[in-house]
Amino acid sequence: MKLLTHNMLTSHVKGVTKGYPLLIKATEVKMNEVEFNPQFVSRMIPKLEWSALVQAADELGQRQDLPGELVPDYEKNEDFLKKVHRLLLEVEVIEGCLQCPESGREFPISRGIPNMLLSEDEA
Amino acid sequence: MKLKELESCLQQVDVFEEPKILLEQYPTSPHIAACMLYTIQSTFDDIEGKLVADLGCGCGVLSIGAAMLDAGLCVGFDIDNDALEIFRRNVEEFEISNLDLVQCDLCSLEEKAYEKKFDTVIMNPPFGTKHNQGMDMRFLRTALTMAKTAVYSLHKTSTREHIQKKANDWGVKMEVIAELRYDLPASYKFHKKKSVSSCTASFILSLGTRFRSEIEKTVNQISTCFYKCFICYSHMQT
Repeated sequence: MKLLTHNMLTSHVKGVTKGYPLLIKATEVKMNEVEFNPQFVSRMIPKLEWSALVQAADELGQRQDLPGELVPDYEKNEDFLKKVHRLLLEVEVIEGCLQCPESGREFPISRGIPNMLLSEDEA
Repeated sequence: MKLKELESCLQQVDVFEEPKILLEQYPTSPHIAACMLYTIQSTFDDIEGKLVADLGCGCGVLSIGAAMLDAGLCVGFDIDNDALEIFRRNVEEFEISNLDLVQCDLCSLEEKAYEKKFDTVIMNPPFGTKHNQGMDMRFLRTALTMAKTAVYSLHKTSTREHIQKKANDWGVKMEVIAELRYDLPASYKFHKKKSVSSCTASFILSLGTRFRSEIEKTVNQISTCFYKCFICYSHMQT
């Protein structure tokens, strides 16, 4: 699971009103090189929940010097775009789980795939 | 990448070992997948550098094709663990890194989940026949909420009028882009050996690029969207 994907995932357990962002408890993380496309990263940034990305990066110990607030004129800042690229696309959670911030329900991540399926009484 | 090259790469993608009838796991042929993706990219520029979702991705032939055509990232969604495991192995073999997978039930998603998060949605949804009536339309509805720009989807010809009616109800227009023929392999036991060309066809719905700006103005309102579609004639073996 990449952090760009994580940025879009929400817990939809019945009764939960704010199932976002999901906490990441990783037991295995790997880096997987992806070709850098500055236009794509620039276009994704305004669609992101920035604070959720920062939190995820923190949880995985991958934040480095990523600022808590989005920097202005990021489109022209290649260094910044590369950092965001790395976080969004190259950091991959292989094993662990995602935890719903409200209900505490854990969604397992196995072989890089988060399982967001709910049981009948949770849906 | 040329069309032929894409198709020959996609022939290396492994498909369902034991297709599940309840999930209507018909594989998308490499030929169909390649034609569909190549057209989406070359005519509409909706893959390269885009955030793409593949709904009901199965073993991943559409996702892998989209990744090969340089999608920024393609995220495959499927309910079935076995299909996703084959998908994952395919990804490993192809050494593709602009792909991600999520296991979830697209039919139980809340309306606003992933709302307009993706640029493009591609899919070969369950045909919505037999035990699954209406499933194709549920996938389509979900896809329309997830895509900001375009939805490309395969459906049977026999459902075309129904989809047209639904599209009108939802305030979306669709247009045929291309027609493709293909043979569905005899995946399930109830398919008799002899292939009968009952000419069921499929649509690929897509949002016309020239209407993008109108959509930006009408957030939460799909009423001005304009949809195009492919038609695929498949020889269903009945």
